Amino acid sequence: MPRGNLITSESDIAITVDNAGDEDEVSSCYEEHEWGKNRVKGREKEREKKKRGNARKKGASRAGRGDEELEERAERGEKGRRRRKRDNHDGKGRERDEEEQAEEKSGRAAKNKKNLKNERTRKMEQEERDTEEGDAKRKKKNESAKREEKKEDGGKRAVKEKANAVKTKKHKKKVETSSEQESSEEEDVEEEEEEEKEKELRPESLSPEELEKLKEAVDEKKKLIQTLRGKPWPMKKKLSTLRESQEFLEKYEGALGKGKGRRLYAYKVMMTKKWMKFQRDFENFKTACIPWEMKIKEIESHFGSSVASYFIFLRWMYGINMILFGLTFGLVMVPEALMGRPYGSMPRKTVPRADEASAMDFAVLWDFGGYAQYSVLFYGYYNNQRAIGWLKFRMPLSYFLVGVGTVAYSYMVVIRTMARNANESGGGDDNSFNFSWKMFTSWDYLIGNPETADNKFASITTSFKEAILEEQESRKDDNIHLTRFLRVLANFLVMCCLAGSGYLIYFVVRRSQKFALDGLDNHSWWERNEVNMVMSLLGMFCPMLFDVISTLENYHPRIALQWQLGRIFALFLGNLYTFIIALMDEINLKRKEEEIVKFNMTVWEASLYNGTVPENSTAPPVTIHPADVPRGPCWETMVGQEFVRLIISDTMTTYITLLIGDFLRAVLVRFLNYCWCWDLEAGFPSYSEFDVSGNVLGLIFNQGMIWMGAFYAPCLPALNVLRLHVSMYLQCWAVMCCNVPQERVFKASGSNNFYMAMLLVILFLSTLPAIYTIVTIPPSFDCGPFSGKSRMFDVIQETLESDFPAWFSKVFSYASNPGLVLPFLLLMVLAIYYLQSTSKSFKEANVELKKKLQMQNEENKKKSKRAALKAAMDLEEARKAMTQAAEQQSNNNASPQAQKDGGENRSSSQRLHHGKNGRNATPLLTDQEGQLPATRAPVPRTYHHGNHGAPGYLPGIPRQTEARVHRAPSLQRH
Amino acid sequence: MGTTASQLGKDLLSEYQELTFLTKQEILLAHKRFTELLSKEDKALPNPRIPMQSILTLPELKSNPFRKRICHVFSTSDMKDGSLTFEDFLDLLSAFSDSATLEIKSHYAFRIFDFDDDGTLDVGDLEKLVNCLTGETDDTRLTPDEMRQLINNILEESDIDKDGTVNLSEFQHVISRSPDFVSSFKIVL
Repeated sequence: MPRGNLITSESDIAITVDNAGDEDEVSSCYEEHEWGKNRVKGREKEREKKKRGNARKKGASRAGRGDEELEERAERGEKGRRRRKRDNHDGKGRERDEEEQAEEKSGRAAKNKKNLKNERTRKMEQEERDTEEGDAKRKKKNESAKREEKKEDGGKRAVKEKANAVKTKKHKKKVETSSEQESSEEEDVEEEEEEEKEKELRPESLSPEELEKLKEAVDEKKKLIQTLRGKPWPMKKKLSTLRESQEFLEKYEGALGKGKGRRLYAYKVMMTKKWMKFQRDFENFKTACIPWEMKIKEIESHFGSSVASYFIFLRWMYGINMILFGLTFGLVMVPEALMGRPYGSMPRKTVPRADEASAMDFAVLWDFGGYAQYSVLFYGYYNNQRAIGWLKFRMPLSYFLVGVGTVAYSYMVVIRTMARNANESGGGDDNSFNFSWKMFTSWDYLIGNPETADNKFASITTSFKEAILEEQESRKDDNIHLTRFLRVLANFLVMCCLAGSGYLIYFVVRRSQKFALDGLDNHSWWERNEVNMVMSLLGMFCPMLFDVISTLENYHPRIALQWQLGRIFALFLGNLYTFIIALMDEINLKRKEEEIVKFNMTVWEASLYNGTVPENSTAPPVTIHPADVPRGPCWETMVGQEFVRLIISDTMTTYITLLIGDFLRAVLVRFLNYCWCWDLEAGFPSYSEFDVSGNVLGLIFNQGMIWMGAFYAPCLPALNVLRLHVSMYLQCWAVMCCNVPQERVFKASGSNNFYMAMLLVILFLSTLPAIYTIVTIPPSFDCGPFSGKSRMFDVIQETLESDFPAWFSKVFSYASNPGLVLPFLLLMVLAIYYLQSTSKSFKEANVELKKKLQMQNEENKKKSKRAALKAAMDLEEARKAMTQAAEQQSNNNASPQAQKDGGENRSSSQRLHHGKNGRNATPLLTDQEGQLPATRAPVPRTYHHGNHGAPGYLPGIPRQTEARVHRAPSLQRH
Repeated sequence: MGTTASQLGKDLLSEYQELTFLTKQEILLAHKRFTELLSKEDKALPNPRIPMQSILTLPELKSNPFRKRICHVFSTSDMKDGSLTFEDFLDLLSAFSDSATLEIKSHYAFRIFDFDDDGTLDVGDLEKLVNCLTGETDDTRLTPDEMRQLINNILEESDIDKDGTVNLSEFQHVISRSPDFVSSFKIVL
């Protein structure tokens, strides 16, 4: 049945058309809600629908069709057949009917005989009857057409033309066009009559299938509502769509489900609504809760995303430190303060007699000596009692685990963030869209400051120029030897600087040890704080020096920035490690001292027992005040103190440089400018820039020190939280009031993982010494939670032995057997290797696929070109045939046989014309004639398309194939 | 929007929340800013429009080289004058908001860059785009040679079907790989 073929191709077209333009989607949407109305309004609908049909140009989408079908069924179920009227002339309706007819033709005869109790089958039957009649009509019409042709003479011809005119008028009225329609006009009247008859036949009930469909529609609506915000439509359209689909939902959600189920369903619907609302409110609340969001946004809008990225990083750090602080505070400091033995109850918790006088002095406290030293802030204060308080809190164990947990948590967070960042940046071929990214994504829409905008223009221009230069690779390497020499020289100078600063720190630390041995009181403030001050000053001035040196090298600014960052990193790291090495020396000194003290202790104890209670040696020496008991130097507390001092002095330097370097400078430049001989604002001192990279580095190193020292001074995270909190406000203020935007605006997110990588390196490097000290150096004998043990981690062993059942410790000891641990490690390494190689191969496959796609694309294009050419040729032939036929007709009027032939020819050519008219394709065809041999099809306007273009969409291809498919069938038919 | 436009109805507000990527606070702030821009006589109108000129005075848009394009793209005005109603304004903010999807952002970015509104980025569009990005002053402008080179390179990279223009799907393909498009395609009130 040729008609069936036609129909299938037609429906194919409808689907592709759906992809091509948004109009169709819109119309389908309209249809969807129109339906809701229609069900209520009944017959009014037809007119509306017709209007809509006028507005629409092409066939509707499949969704629309499905909807309509469903709509129709539902309506039939409810109100009977009366609706089925003019809208059947709607192209889609027609098509659908005919499809159904095609499907059901085979079973028709049998069905006709059935006793029709079931509503659905009755309906079907009616449809069939419809279509049968339609068929009959069509045949009749064809016959009549032929008859007409046979009886061809002038008068008849005129009549026929009139008929044609009528047809076209009808077409215009409907605009909804399909080639089938040419034969269907006459059915209209008849069908109308039929429907009048059928009106009364429908009782109210929905079959399960229809229910299913309704449910589907409801779900679809819901989905539509959810995805509506992601559609690039104007608000008006979104609003009306939303309202109508909500209306629809309200109306029909309740209708699903019966009896009890209906109630439950309604309840469920209500609850989901409430839940949605709650979620939205919660979302609002959450965004309101993010600290400093508005501040950061303000900065973002002034200085662009790179400066804001520093503050976001700062906030992130703050979050991490909050958690570290929570851990140490909640699990270590508070339990010890509340449940541990109180201050003054034992030697380690008492200020020694010698220091008592000055223990409350501010200078001493500022140095974290005196009472501060003998408090929960430092390692030495903690008791080695296994369980404290009524909770039987395992203090030493908790201390150890919190120390380990801090580090583990930090690793986890940093690595997870890195992974997420890497994910976001997409990975894979990074350089393939170098230029396009520069072009399409380099503008930072957040920039709201004209000055920043000017800088951005300049930087974009330079980046374009650089990229072009790089691409051409025509960089003139003038005197490569000189540049090489200069670069080597620069690196040499930098190395000298690094070595010098390292030596300086080492020297200062050693000197301070000498001072410490002499007693701190004999020395000036400078001598006491030399180490920290020197480190801070070096951290301040060396980067400037590096900056000067780097001008020698004549690097590309981006590379120069990386070198600069690398050097500062090396400097900080070198300083930190020198400091640690010096500290290790000091630890060794202290331990020697401790040996002596220990020896003296036994002597002292012996003398004590001998002197005061010589007879009863078992009685404890209760009479002695803990402050008088001699004690060891407690190197752990010393390390903690050093770190705390370092942090404090670092913080102070940061704040002071901020105030002097930024604020004072800004004030001076601003006000002295009125009475100065050159323009201070534009000239030499000018305003300071906000140095993102330097600040980030400072933050990272600060964090490194926290990680390193947190084990020996539980107060460090708390201090850091305080510091970050203050710097957030201070720096926000400073940036807004006295900085100018950077000239070297570099992308924030691009360097994000760079910072993270540095943080990870620092984390690793700072945990190394801490772990080293924990593992290798025995704890002090008279202070801290691990006193009396040979190693700190013995606490685990102890807990296992005394708090867990025997089998557990046995299992544990087996598990920690090197024979088991080593294979396990090996396995992990293998797993990592495996994962890495798979990811590599995936990447390769990606590249391969991309190539393939490109190839296919080319191929497709060639094919489409060929097809277009062929189509054009076919068309030409058809044309020729037509003209020939016309000639024949006019020439050989006499012979009836020839007449008949000519008539057939004519009719076919007529149909061809109709086909064109029918799909509004006349302009397209003529278009093709003009264009086809030379060019590709005009690309349809694709704006409103956005949402169809799913991620996996192949760029470029769909448009093309669409255009082709859309065109080809209409030609191939003839 | 009532006739006074002094405040939004509750229903409308929740609908706006449903339809945009903005939170309640942001919508209210947007409304405040919008009414500030309205002139006295406009406030009496049922659905007031702000002419493009006064939209461009917003500090968030003032230094943006694409400000006019942005207005034109989001305007639903029949006169094509770039004037915005409050709903257009919300559309704009929603597309530029933090939580908008890459898809919608890239869609609007494409339309902004498509200076002649013909649905593809052709050489003319790209040229205009480069000129926007390099600023108005002559010293930052590219020479014609550089311009040609640049545009050729861009087309080479992103014009996958090699038809001499960049269409929406190619554009989205390119953009979706970019690490910092989403973070920079933002406007915050």
